[in-house]
Amino acid sequence: MKVVLQHLTKIFPSRNKKDKNAEVIAVNDFNLEIPDGKLIGLLGPSGCGKSTTLYMISGLQVPSSGKIFFGEDDVTKLAPENRGIGLVFQNYALYPHMTVQQNILFPLQNLKGENRLSKEEMLTRAANVAKLVQINEYMDRKPSELSGGQQQRVAIARALVKMPRVLLLDEPLSNLDARLRLQTREEIRRIQRDTQITTIFVTHDQEEAMSISDFIVVMKLGVIMQTGKPQQVYDDPANLFVAKFLGAPPINVFSGRVEGGKLYVGEEAVLSVGDIEDQEVYVGIRPEGFILSKSGKLTCNVSGVDVMGRDISVVSTSSASLNPLVRSIISADEMSNITGDVVKFNLKPHKVYIFNKETEERVHFGEQIALHEKVVAEMAAEGQNYVAHAGPLPREADDKAKADEVPPQKTTWLDKVKALFPKKKKAQDAAEQAPAGEADPEAEAQVAQAEGEGETPTPAEEIDKEGKE
Amino acid sequence: MSEEKTDPILTEQEEAPVLAEEPAIGEAALPVEGEQAVLSAEGEAALPAEENGENNQKPVLSPQEKKIIWKDRFNRYKAWLYLLPALIILAVFTVWPIINTVRMSFLKDYDALKAIGGASFTVGFDNFVNVAHYRRFLTCLTNTMLLTVITVPVSTMLALLIAVALNSIKFIRRTMQTIFFLPYVTNAIAIGMVFMAMFSVIGGNPSQPLSIGIINTIIEAFGGKAVNWVNAGSSKVANMAVLIIYIVWNALPFKILVLLGGLQGVNKQYYEAAKVDGASRFRIFWRITVPMLSPMIAYVVITGFIGGFKEYSSIVGIFGESMGPVGADGRMNTMVGFIYDAIESGNQGRASAAALILFVIIFAVTMINMYVSKKRVHY
Repeated sequence: MKVVLQHLTKIFPSRNKKDKNAEVIAVNDFNLEIPDGKLIGLLGPSGCGKSTTLYMISGLQVPSSGKIFFGEDDVTKLAPENRGIGLVFQNYALYPHMTVQQNILFPLQNLKGENRLSKEEMLTRAANVAKLVQINEYMDRKPSELSGGQQQRVAIARALVKMPRVLLLDEPLSNLDARLRLQTREEIRRIQRDTQITTIFVTHDQEEAMSISDFIVVMKLGVIMQTGKPQQVYDDPANLFVAKFLGAPPINVFSGRVEGGKLYVGEEAVLSVGDIEDQEVYVGIRPEGFILSKSGKLTCNVSGVDVMGRDISVVSTSSASLNPLVRSIISADEMSNITGDVVKFNLKPHKVYIFNKETEERVHFGEQIALHEKVVAEMAAEGQNYVAHAGPLPREADDKAKADEVPPQKTTWLDKVKALFPKKKKAQDAAEQAPAGEADPEAEAQVAQAEGEGETPTPAEEIDKEGKE
Repeated sequence: MSEEKTDPILTEQEEAPVLAEEPAIGEAALPVEGEQAVLSAEGEAALPAEENGENNQKPVLSPQEKKIIWKDRFNRYKAWLYLLPALIILAVFTVWPIINTVRMSFLKDYDALKAIGGASFTVGFDNFVNVAHYRRFLTCLTNTMLLTVITVPVSTMLALLIAVALNSIKFIRRTMQTIFFLPYVTNAIAIGMVFMAMFSVIGGNPSQPLSIGIINTIIEAFGGKAVNWVNAGSSKVANMAVLIIYIVWNALPFKILVLLGGLQGVNKQYYEAAKVDGASRFRIFWRITVPMLSPMIAYVVITGFIGGFKEYSSIVGIFGESMGPVGADGRMNTMVGFIYDAIESGNQGRASAAALILFVIIFAVTMINMYVSKKRVHY
């Protein structure tokens, strides 16, 4: 089933009734076409709106605007149970009082009318699904008697048993330990291949997304940053965020500039970039993009070498680097060439990405232009739009504006009470300002009191500050 | 070669115990003697004394050491010290009365005054026989059973429905919660009297009562016929109906509170999962809400049964101490009422025996409840 999301937007209203501007745009104008029978990974840091997107597809959350299509059907206003989806929750949400079999049967028992199956049919279907996810041995156990990975598979079985048109997985692997995670992600891949159900899954782990997705969508603050096949996105990041988010160890980012067709990192011209405009740039270099060379242009101070067997990782520092450490991965054979405190690198041009400093948008150069065109062409051939975002995000701009804004002084009841009991200085001022005839006897009494109390009365503002801190 | 190598090891092994012996004795003696032995030269003198078996002579302790020992003793028993007030109060006001009740129930014609005078009583089951033969006993027992068996399930079901309803609204939940909780903080006798007023009639003949109570007014407004609920000449069924309504209404707040608390602890994700799975509201209620709440429901039912068997104040509230409408005294009496009457008439033996019977019934019913809930409750 093809899933199409058009201009999908979700705005969470402000919790604070007084401050209407505090509303959060969780998903902002999300446009995506998910081809039939593919496994899609929604990828992004926490709070980027990926789970919200998933829940809007499931129907548990209603979009503020935009439309959702399953195939040709507009399901935007359809209740979750009528959409034909299977949803696996992050913590599985298996019914603890039912056995595995009862859990899997539950969605089938809810079917009504024509769709209602006979009891035998239900049991066979549950058994088939259980076999598919390999939990048929545990049908009589309660969820609490299963391991995390088994519970996960029961949850998938429960989602699959009604043969959904779309399978949705919300961070399916985050509750598993590292080894089970690897195993289960292969399992999910296998189950998806076997069933050919369009599957959308949400994760913040780039490695997880890259390894099993046919197609990934990188999100940030409710906006799609880039879409594509994992390798395409890795090789051809559209902006600095995507470049930084994908890859382990992460990409090394330097501050640099393009001048006269040459790329400068620090004071050294490290690469010739051909015919592009002079500009201030961020230079992203993948760890595998370094070549150790005595005549190298990029100079770094070695602070350590991590041995990883086949490869070694040279950890070094550079004044131009925006990361505290520069990590480069080179062949272990070259270990002996690292002598002294300084290493010099040449760069592989296709592993060096230049981003405009203002928009953080990718600037392609040399062979990269051809590669990029190839990626776009490939995607177009598969009916995909190449999506790439650049420039500041709406929410970032909002947040910045909010941070700059000086919050209005609030007067609470405490301030009012404090105003009733002014400290010495204020009370004196008031007494001085007030005409002699109308002098407040109370204020005078307070002045006397304050004088009697202490030599160094603190101004009310200071108390306020301390209280806030 | 091998002999040469092993020899030195052997000699070492032989020598080693000899060498170790002296310090071993010293070490062994020290802990026995206690810390004080190490402290002074006197300790060294004490060593040979102990070896000779002269343990009778107590070591001289300095005030500091005595303090340490007392502190140690105090620490060992301080938990009991802190518990002492509670233990004394429990022993005097709970444990002893229970024991005494059991004792009295088996003594024939027991009388507290005679007992103080030093009279002895024959032991036997006379009191139990007496209770069983007493004219009102069967009425009290059936009344109690009937009230409990009807009111506990009804009030639990109602409380469950109200709790679910309250949980699903947000707007006036607080206000509604307060309203539903009001009966709990109001005096039972006072409410009983209000109920009596609401259900009462004045004048008229039994078949054509003249009503001023609000309930009859409502019935008449809907075209029904006024019923003589609680006054002279009323039927037992009508009395029972009033009592059941009152008890259910009075039992609701606590149950709603417990169940609502339980509901708020249920993970919302189960409901979302059920929604995605297409479960109807009815099925969500029976297959998810009720099982999830089952520990709370079990708690509410068990305490409800226990409370039900002890029902007394509600009847006093509505019918007064006569425990029945005018002209039918004691018709609505319960087990607790029976016990109370027996005490009032000075027959402590009979009261004790009845109390023991009530205890056995409550115990048995609670055991059944526990057994059922073990199978049905999902913790």
